[in-house]
Amino acid sequence: MAEEPAASDVLSLDELEAVSGARTGRRHLLSVLVENKPGVLARIAGLFSRRGFNIETLAVGPTDDPTVSRITLTVDGAAHPIDQVTKQLHKLVNVLKIRDLDPDETVTRELALFKVSADDGRRAEIVGVADIFRGKVIDVSKRSVTVEITGTGAKIEAFEELVRPFGLVELVRTGETAVTRGRLVT
Amino acid sequence: MRAVDAIVECLKAEGVDTVFGIPGGANLPTYDALYDGGVRHILCRHEQGAGHAAEGYAKASGRVGVALATSGPGATNLTTAIADAVMDSVPCVFITGQVRTDMLGTDGFQEADVTGITMPIVKHSSMIRDPRDIPREIHEAFHIARTGRPGPVLVDIPQDLSRADIDYEPNPALQLPGYQPKSEGNVKQIRLAAKALANARRPVIYAGGGVVSAEAAAELTELCTSDRFPVTLTIMGLGAFPAPHEQWLGWLGMHGTRAANYAMDEADLICAIGARFDDRVTGKLAEFAPRAKFIHIDVDPAEISKNVPAHIPIVGDAKRILPKLVREYRALEADSSRLDAWWERIHGWQERYPLTYEDSDDEEIKPQFMIEAIHEATGGEAIITSDVGQHQMWTAQYYPFSAPRRWINSGGLGTMGFGLPAALGAQVANPEATVVCVAGDGSLPMNVQELATCVMEDIPVKVFLMNNFYLGMVRQWQELFWGRRYSAVDMGTSPDWVKLADAFGATGLRATEKSTLLDTMRQAIETPGPVVLDVHVSKEENVYPMIPAGAAARDMVG
Repeated sequence: MAEEPAASDVLSLDELEAVSGARTGRRHLLSVLVENKPGVLARIAGLFSRRGFNIETLAVGPTDDPTVSRITLTVDGAAHPIDQVTKQLHKLVNVLKIRDLDPDETVTRELALFKVSADDGRRAEIVGVADIFRGKVIDVSKRSVTVEITGTGAKIEAFEELVRPFGLVELVRTGETAVTRGRLVT
Repeated sequence: MRAVDAIVECLKAEGVDTVFGIPGGANLPTYDALYDGGVRHILCRHEQGAGHAAEGYAKASGRVGVALATSGPGATNLTTAIADAVMDSVPCVFITGQVRTDMLGTDGFQEADVTGITMPIVKHSSMIRDPRDIPREIHEAFHIARTGRPGPVLVDIPQDLSRADIDYEPNPALQLPGYQPKSEGNVKQIRLAAKALANARRPVIYAGGGVVSAEAAAELTELCTSDRFPVTLTIMGLGAFPAPHEQWLGWLGMHGTRAANYAMDEADLICAIGARFDDRVTGKLAEFAPRAKFIHIDVDPAEISKNVPAHIPIVGDAKRILPKLVREYRALEADSSRLDAWWERIHGWQERYPLTYEDSDDEEIKPQFMIEAIHEATGGEAIITSDVGQHQMWTAQYYPFSAPRRWINSGGLGTMGFGLPAALGAQVANPEATVVCVAGDGSLPMNVQELATCVMEDIPVKVFLMNNFYLGMVRQWQELFWGRRYSAVDMGTSPDWVKLADAFGATGLRATEKSTLLDTMRQAIETPGPVVLDVHVSKEENVYPMIPAGAAARDMVG
């Protein structure tokens, strides 16, 4: 190690700032690659629950490598220091890689299935709203219509607000999944 | 080769000379392999005892401790030891039997989901699904247990798989792509830390059990004495800096010294090394060391800024980092006289608030006197284990530890009943050493069955029982904070410890008078084989000084 000039040996302790542990105040989307082994999801869920971290959404699926799975989850950065969440996750031996995705550099999608009451002959109205959201009608019965909506969480929530007055029988959401924009690997 | 024979080969390849455990249905195959496998097995009398013995072995030697248990209750009995090992970062491998694979999930006899039950309290665990994986999984368990931040690893092996025939090849390649502990430490950060130390006027070095785990006591001492840095240790770190020493402030936290706690309170820079800002150290977090900036050196990145935000974090192995920090610090040639005023302030506290107690003026044995007598009787050279409670605090206060791995206690989990089995394990790792378990009369009954193990295996631990006929620490809190309503703390006079020791085939002794205590202790140490010395001490002595729970260092009482 080369010695630095004496002038820079002076350091006012007041200049030092704490480097982490802060709450960011926003929602974080974590993309976690894990070994595809039994019990890995339980380890992650267990870690979150015992450290008091709250998972808002969770989506799990295989990747192009059969030995690796991807878990995409969202965590509230206002409630927890996000670096503490990622560092605790990294301690799990089966966790390979964690990306805290930058919202500006990420495309996110979620799939939701809305089962809406169509009792009062209002089916056409519901389908009309679904069309505006580029939703797909995937099931129809005498008394209900089921619509598939894909998009960001905000889009799904907007659709929910519009169809709720018709009578929402059931709503099933997958949780958000995400991929980075451009050539960069997530 | 049978998979179980491969397990024994793996243990030997990992340098294991002794394992602790109890056989049962699901691990019968393993015990068949141990019958003439060339590894010493110590039959404990309860799996919790086997687990703590493995911890004591590991803490005393720095090697990985191993405990075996059968499925179901055997494995659940291990859980307290596993939780203890994770809290105190003790390298241990626990190998449990599991029911046959065709019975898994059927609530079969002695079936318990052991990997599930232990998931929150292990560093890692695995359940074997393919017998060909057994050798690799065992070696991975040892690797994970001993590297990075050490901790417990559990391997659960279904009975039928352990009987399978496999092709055993020594030293299989490990498959741990997600496990890469850091060791070196960032050079720029180390340089910044040196600079901060050189510019601090009121620095304190605060080190913990991580320094002991890292075998970095000499490196720590080198750093502390590279200038006149005041040093304090956590209760887990005792021995990592040689006490007594002119730079030694005593340990810190709830029952630490005023000098150490006040120095933390007024410090402008705290250099934390292998310590985790536990609540027993910080007291009220919002008022902890309010004037200080923090250097935090730890091998576990998740400890950095977990409780106290770090200003200069350095992730890595203290043994690698501290010599570099010393080199950088020396190169700065800081003027040592900048610490004069700070030392003057510290000396003021040390003179005003020495660690002391009021001795009896008759034959009554004060607990603090008892610990001083143990120090004298052992020449300060013994390995001391303790249970949990008042006696643990007094031992840490009144027995100065001059070297690491001589003080073995349950710090994080605070497990009563830890002391005797831990002493057993420590003695097995160090057959020539004097090993003393300072026990409490509340704690000792919790694993007293291990006296039988000591007798049968000729493990000559000396149990010095601090007997105040109370759950003393709980009584102290009831006295101080619950209006002296002594609820469920009276332990009575049962058992007769001398007779109990005798029944186990150990030697029982008793001391009730100050004037003969030291001689009786010496007699206990010179007596071959395990000894229980029942020492009757003052019934209602309190541990002082004390930071009441949730209070700040400033508010120490007593």
